[in-house]
Amino acid sequence: MQRPPRGSSPGAAGRQSIMTEVLRLENVSKSFGALRVTDTVSFSVPKGQALGIIGPNGAGKSTLFNLITGNILPDRGSIHLSGQDVTRLPAMRRVRMGVGRSFQIPQPFEGLTVYENLLTAAAFGQARREADVQTECAEILAETELLRRANDLAGSLSLLDRKRLELARAMASGPELLLLDEIAGGLTEGECQALVETIRALHARGITIIWIEHVLHALNSVVERLLVLDFGKVIGVGAPAEIMASKEVREIYLGLEV
Amino acid sequence: MQISVTTRTRASTIAGIAALALIGLGLILPAFASRSVIQDLFFILTLLTLAQLWNLIAGYGGMVSIGQQAFVGIGAYAMFAGVILWGWDPIAAIPLGLGAALVLAVPMAFFAFRLQGAYFAIGTWVIAEVTRLLVAQWKTLGGGTGTSLPREATADIWGVKAIAALLGLRDAAARDVLAYWLALAMAVGTMAAIYILLRSRNGLALAAVRDNDNAARSVGVDAARLKWAVFLSAAAMTGMVGALIFLQTARISPDAAFSVTTWTAYVIFIVVIGGIGRLEGPIIGVLVFWGLQTAFADYGSWYLFSLGLIAIAVMLFAPRGLWGLFTDRTGIALFPVQRRLTTTSQGDSRNG
Ligand SMILES: Nc1ncnc2c1ncn2[C@@H]1O[C@H](COP(=O)(O)OP(=O)(O)OP(=O)(O)O)[C@@H](O)[C@H]1O
Ligand SMILES: [Mg+2]
Repeated sequence: MQRPPRGSSPGAAGRQSIMTEVLRLENVSKSFGALRVTDTVSFSVPKGQALGIIGPNGAGKSTLFNLITGNILPDRGSIHLSGQDVTRLPAMRRVRMGVGRSFQIPQPFEGLTVYENLLTAAAFGQARREADVQTECAEILAETELLRRANDLAGSLSLLDRKRLELARAMASGPELLLLDEIAGGLTEGECQALVETIRALHARGITIIWIEHVLHALNSVVERLLVLDFGKVIGVGAPAEIMASKEVREIYLGLEV
Repeated sequence: MQISVTTRTRASTIAGIAALALIGLGLILPAFASRSVIQDLFFILTLLTLAQLWNLIAGYGGMVSIGQQAFVGIGAYAMFAGVILWGWDPIAAIPLGLGAALVLAVPMAFFAFRLQGAYFAIGTWVIAEVTRLLVAQWKTLGGGTGTSLPREATADIWGVKAIAALLGLRDAAARDVLAYWLALAMAVGTMAAIYILLRSRNGLALAAVRDNDNAARSVGVDAARLKWAVFLSAAAMTGMVGALIFLQTARISPDAAFSVTTWTAYVIFIVVIGGIGRLEGPIIGVLVFWGLQTAFADYGSWYLFSLGLIAIAVMLFAPRGLWGLFTDRTGIALFPVQRRLTTTSQGDSRNG
């Protein structure tokens, strides 16, 4: 038999779920001037889940990522990583807690080589010695099809390779929670399939993934749960099939495309 | 996958050997070189060190300061204070320059780091000017007109007698040799320290912050701490060089010690001409500058005017400096920092 709980049982149950929860947002809001870009957003992501985020252009998806990583701070609400309140913690500290991200508009270190971009992320994101991350970084390059560009300056890459580098660098930072912002756009069908395989492999390793993507068939072949954002509000969360079937989502989001 | 990561190249191995040979030659040079050669080399080595330090903060750290003369000046004055007020030996007083520059650098960084781009540059210059004006009020050190190191102090500097005896020189010449050796040590030490920094993981972080500090923070780099560390160490070393320069001249004034032309404009010229953001740049730059100085310095303002024209021409036609021009054509780097990856896949060793 279990020991009787010390406090009230809901409290104990709450603590239990916090332990397996990688991310929790509670009533997070952010405005730019008069424009409310994130509107009382609450949701949580259990450890190991792959969550997809969809929503029309300007819905506030990337802003949500910036709030989670600490690149911008919320006006209201709180953000927890693995049960710890990080609402005011700087971005750099959150990386060390296991948050890795890619940028929608690639932001490579242009004066460093592709390989050095990864070495930097691995050495600082994981707080390890450079010599200890060399092999891991080379393997990530192979996995993301960047090995042939390893010694080229990141500033000389094509847009496609820059996007690959975004994913590779985020992987190198050693994330437990990986945030991917539109990395499939512009890929051919074959390349997209390879990308899906890479993300599946990360997922299989137990990494929690949140993926913003407009390429829905790629997204839905990986994620277990979808979250729909519109005008900064969460208008639906659930299993992909359920979300895609919902009338509201079809109108607001898919209606624009079909 | 079997990997190897190398930084060294054939050119850099040769350069390393040549550098060691040059340092050796530099050490024994006073045994046969004339006093004027030693004085010229002192000038070159101290400017080279200042240029490397400015290159570190501006070229690698992205902090374009035009207030470095503040550290030269305060370092030199601290050394003079040690000698005149407390009767220290001038050599022992050199580290006071380091300490004083550090003490000034903390509030300067605190203030200037709040400013961006051109405002940062102007902010550092303003602080340097304020420091000059304050130091000019210091009556015991000569106020606005300056002062000299007392004869008793210069007559009996540590090691000068020994050098005079060893090389068969008069005291004044032996003093120049001592200053030259110290300048050599500072130049070599500074360049070695910068090279080691760039080869370490902090070198990657520095480049990452310069390229994109938002992204650098997003991979866990502590951009703010790195900037502080680089700015403070460059300032401290600049203060030490300032102390040495004015030990050699044995005379100081606020205008000379805090000269924005000499300690910052010339230094920027050297870095820009040679190639910013690379260790080889200031070496080329200082040689070009010394050549111009020797040939044309008598032409006064025309000389300064020409320096400006040359700098503009280089910025337009070779924005990465003379060394950048050379290295872009040939791919040669004497002090390479790039980590180059080579992989050899080895069959089935990684099945799983
Ligand atoms: N730093 C900022 N300052 C002012 N407005 C901003 C800022 N960042 C984003 N916005 C605005 O907030 C809104 C949401 O932007 P966000 O980038 O989060 O949308 P998104 O859902 O990622 O869109 P997309 O699908 O186009 O990438 C947009 O109207 C954008 O113009
Ligand atoms: Mg976006």
